[in-house]
Amino acid sequence: MSATLEALCQNLQEHLGDRLKSIKVALGEVTIEVAVPDYLHVMQTLRDQPELAFDELVDLCGVDYSTYGHEPGEGPRFAAVTHLLSVATNRRLRVRCFASADDFPAVPSVTAIWNSADWFEREAFDLYGIVFPGHEDLRRILTDYGFIGHPFRKDFPISGHVEMRYDPEQQRVIYQPVTIEPREITPRIVREATYGDADNA
Amino acid sequence: MPELRNFTLNFGPQHPAAHGVLRMVLELDGEVVVRADPHIGLLHRATEKLAETRTWIQSVPYMDRLDYMSMMCNEHAYCMAIERLLQIEVPIRAQYIRVMFDEITRILNHLLWVGCHGLDVGAMTMVLYAFREREDLVDAYEAVSGARMHAAYYRPGGVYRDLPDRMSQYQESKWKSAAQIRPFNAARSGSLLDFLDDFVSRFPKLLDEYETLLTDNRIWKQRLVDVGIVTPERALQRGFSGPMLRGSGIAWDLRKKQPYEVYDRLDFDIPVGVTGDSYDRYLVRMEEMRQSNRIVKQCIDWLRQNPGPVMSDNHKVAPPDREAMKSNMEELIHHFKLCTEGIHVPEGEVYSGVEHPKGEFGVYLVSDGANKPYRLKIRAPGYVHLSAMNEMARGHMLADVVTIIGSQDIVFGEIDR
Repeated sequence: MSATLEALCQNLQEHLGDRLKSIKVALGEVTIEVAVPDYLHVMQTLRDQPELAFDELVDLCGVDYSTYGHEPGEGPRFAAVTHLLSVATNRRLRVRCFASADDFPAVPSVTAIWNSADWFEREAFDLYGIVFPGHEDLRRILTDYGFIGHPFRKDFPISGHVEMRYDPEQQRVIYQPVTIEPREITPRIVREATYGDADNA
Repeated sequence: MPELRNFTLNFGPQHPAAHGVLRMVLELDGEVVVRADPHIGLLHRATEKLAETRTWIQSVPYMDRLDYMSMMCNEHAYCMAIERLLQIEVPIRAQYIRVMFDEITRILNHLLWVGCHGLDVGAMTMVLYAFREREDLVDAYEAVSGARMHAAYYRPGGVYRDLPDRMSQYQESKWKSAAQIRPFNAARSGSLLDFLDDFVSRFPKLLDEYETLLTDNRIWKQRLVDVGIVTPERALQRGFSGPMLRGSGIAWDLRKKQPYEVYDRLDFDIPVGVTGDSYDRYLVRMEEMRQSNRIVKQCIDWLRQNPGPVMSDNHKVAPPDREAMKSNMEELIHHFKLCTEGIHVPEGEVYSGVEHPKGEFGVYLVSDGANKPYRLKIRAPGYVHLSAMNEMARGHMLADVVTIIGSQDIVFGEIDR
């Protein structure tokens, strides 16, 4: 671990302490995990504490962990993952916050801390159905007007549920259930841990 | 006295100045914008969801179609993310080739931008000049990848193949005689590097030509100066990056601050604006083209002297060469596994950002160890910039909205994804 990452981890421990659920360093990046009740306080500290000074929110996105890896279905399903950047100290940080309920996932909005979160939270709401209490204008953003469902959830089929076509009899554009069959050309494969390991064969 | 009400205007999605499919609902008080509400998503193709159903390598061509004005930079962020997850080294020659094409892409993007921005605010001539030079650069794209736009040239582990030794030439036809095409082919008699060398030696003069048309032009300045001012504090608050951030006076460039590939070995400068208006952003982008030209020149000189491999020799990631595959069982197996099942990327998550011509283009990848990404998030710079539209346009006249859209340099391929 390089010196700058170590210093960052130390600063995080110092200022956030027991509010951090976990802190992990991998591939030269620091990831912290925060619980929903601590989320806003942690984010505010990350921006305002001069030693941390994460003055820019680079990215915020939803992730659906429901089919992750070998044994899916454990733990909370939805998370909001935020990427922060400190222009002042030239460091990056990833913050993950799992939404507490799977049927109505909610994560507090950080738009008041970083205005750039505005559209990112709208996008996460649109695509994953994660609600951000505190967001002033939580509308759909990328999908069609009147769209039903949250298309990036893992249980939403890639082909969608409805298709649109012009109906010559009614002389208007109509929605109908999709007519294409789902297909998978290359199956998804997660190899077991000992795959190709000649010693354990 | 009659009751006065604000006027709501629908701008786009078929407006020529909307740069594609931007629909904006503008609330106007007379001719002054009170509120701007961009409606996006008309070009949404769910690239990120599609990538979850395809193997790692199959998604590379999708990246071209995000920001379809700076194709190779998109691929770069994606390939770099995979390489970081796999923890493999890219051969040094491939790194130089990538940097060279990143900068060619930057020039391509900025040329299109200055041409279209000119068209938007009434400088018709610019687009003709800009496309004349773009032609040479897309020919360079074609020479390495076979495609003028959607190259799919960068691959995890390096680049698809080495630079070609000869350029395609214009052929004699019944419309053009041999004497007529000779000047067109003059720079094309050598290799791709000779062709690019000729271009970089011509290009600074051409840039001067553009600047005589625009920089001190009275109309140009009347349309751009003091339009869409963003203070440095607001720029950070709104998550700006790239020329939009530098135009506001913050010297932030990933190529300098968090260098990737071989940018730390190259000599170039970062232009910074002062007032943060559209005119400053114009000046920043013009200077960036000059700096990109310098970088391309340095890459050409290095690439001439240093032959070598351009693809990783790790056959779990990069396919073996054809000849070895036909004669060697092990290589055949590798090839078969790669072309049917694809790469297996170890479990983990990574964010890789590159200094894209429009700003910071980031790819956040989550892998659960499968042969397909678990989650791919594309952080598009234009998305963030457009989200500040309301703030930037408020209080300006309707005609200035067009200037602001132009100076944000937005492309809907990346915003809608």
